[in-house]
Amino acid sequence: MTASVRATLARSTLLRSLAWVVLAGAVLLLVSDLVSSYNDLELASGAYYFAVLAGLTILAGQSGQISLGHGALMAVGAYTVVILIGKGGWPLVPSIVAAVIVTAAVGVPVGAAASRLRGPYLAGATLAFAVGLPALADKFSGFFGGENGLTINPPTPPSSLGAAFPLERWEAWIAGLGALVVLFVLHNLTASGFGRALRAVRDDEIAASLSGLRVGRLQTLAFVVSAGCAGLGGAMLAVVLQLAQPGAFPLQLSLSLLTGVVLGGLGSLVGAIWGAALLTLLPNWTTDLAHSFSLSTQVSANLPLAVYGVVLILAMILWPSGIQGAVRALFIRLRARRAAAGPAVPGS
Amino acid sequence: MTKFVDLTLSGISTGAVYAAVALALVLIWRATRIVNFAQGAMLMITTFIASAVISSTGSYWLGFAVALVAGLVFGALVERVVIRPVEKAPPLNAVILTLGLYTLLVAVAGMIWGNTPRSFPAAFSLRGYDVGGTRLLFTPNDTFIVLVVIAVAVVLAVVFRYTSLGLQMRAAAFSPEVARLLGVRVGQMLTIGWALAAVAGALAGVLVAPSVFLGPNSFDPILISGFVAAVLGGLDSPPGAVIAGLILGVALSYVSGYAGSALVPLAALVILVVVLMARPGGLFPASRERRV
Repeated sequence: MTASVRATLARSTLLRSLAWVVLAGAVLLLVSDLVSSYNDLELASGAYYFAVLAGLTILAGQSGQISLGHGALMAVGAYTVVILIGKGGWPLVPSIVAAVIVTAAVGVPVGAAASRLRGPYLAGATLAFAVGLPALADKFSGFFGGENGLTINPPTPPSSLGAAFPLERWEAWIAGLGALVVLFVLHNLTASGFGRALRAVRDDEIAASLSGLRVGRLQTLAFVVSAGCAGLGGAMLAVVLQLAQPGAFPLQLSLSLLTGVVLGGLGSLVGAIWGAALLTLLPNWTTDLAHSFSLSTQVSANLPLAVYGVVLILAMILWPSGIQGAVRALFIRLRARRAAAGPAVPGS
Repeated sequence: MTKFVDLTLSGISTGAVYAAVALALVLIWRATRIVNFAQGAMLMITTFIASAVISSTGSYWLGFAVALVAGLVFGALVERVVIRPVEKAPPLNAVILTLGLYTLLVAVAGMIWGNTPRSFPAAFSLRGYDVGGTRLLFTPNDTFIVLVVIAVAVVLAVVFRYTSLGLQMRAAAFSPEVARLLGVRVGQMLTIGWALAAVAGALAGVLVAPSVFLGPNSFDPILISGFVAAVLGGLDSPPGAVIAGLILGVALSYVSGYAGSALVPLAALVILVVVLMARPGGLFPASRERRV
């Protein structure tokens, strides 16, 4: 029975993706019910970070492109949602879908430009994008609300869930659902011919183009997909925080997104989960840690940053392939030890 | 007309600083193929050290010299201690590592010197030249900045082109294995590359500090512009970095003067994208054959 289930899952990527999504959804549902409303907010922010990181890990890990500009793409999604809901009076779901489409559309020219650039040149161009785009919000402050940004009303949980249903849990559900959609789409995409073609391009562009792959178009497409994910993440961020403002999308955000992807483990969706957990939890942990010592404010205000910097440096030296890489290496070593101990053959 | 002259001159002065930062980035890129995002934080630390020396001894030039020496030592130290372990790792790891170093240094500076920006003395007068009754926006200090940066660029060019050390450094960067076989101590060359780059960075810090003030995050915009200039120039070319730095400084000065400072980041993006679309390897790309 289990063997046949396993065989079916191994054959069908679609079923495997669905199984993952159902599993992840069940875990999310259970956790969001058990924890406090503060943790629910953390869950929501972990979910929108996951959406962005998953898109970025496909771009950086599978297509081999670097982007320091995904924070700006999140801003595009966030502003789209806030404008559609706040000014246009659109309902929640269509405006989130529209945000994904708009951000993916912005990703088309950016991705087309990016597909001509390599390594540090791409890093420089996307960095300029991350710094330059928020300037638009300042320039057209009449429409985008300038430094203060735009706000919307919080989403209301449906009355069928009961009047006492906490808002935070509802937000965690919305963001979690978005993350599940990303998980499903990207898990399928990486296992498809598209994912295989991307990896071929990453490993050897010239060989790939000689075998008939259209390198530029594939890289642009990868950028558009990851832009759509970033737009979804940004849209969910705007819904959870009920706000879109330039200060929420500084260059720092773009850089920490890249950090999350590499720390989690480049190119793997599980790595994106690790990365999202780190981006959500690490700042809180380091702040708590700093407050647990009695230090002068000048020191304790900067201690979280210092710890974060040390973690980044040590992690890159000790686990060059990220948390997921370290976990995988551990599993391989355990399996090798078990194999070395000899198979447990009965009667021998 | 006066406005145009003023904008051009002040653009040249800021452009010179961008050029110095771009030079630092290019030197590190040539030596180790790493984009050093910690450069801004490293030059911030050396400028704080200079500030401490100046305020305790009262001598600007002593502080200036200490900043450069501190940069030399600091650059070598950073390469040996934190960069060496990831030199063989995937390139993204080194990027994240330098981001971590940046974060750590900013936090340490905040702990020691506080987060409120402080003033920093200039080498020469900050009063503009009087020409025919009108006062220009260009000061004796700006002249000093431009001359120093040009001098550094020339010295570097001479070192790379005409000295044995320069030849060894180029060999180590161009083909580490062959260079090692020929007796070049490649590791040492990388350390020297980082040290020289940190000196160029330290110089930029001391030069620009009077106009941006001195705080843990004061130099972030300079680093971004310097990076854009380095990419514009083609990351392999020190003259390219200087020329692109000056062009970027002047262009952004026009944008800021005629269209408003809010558009400056956007203008930097447009300039970079337009240039890179025409020349994906920057203005002065390294010639490279396509290997199959």
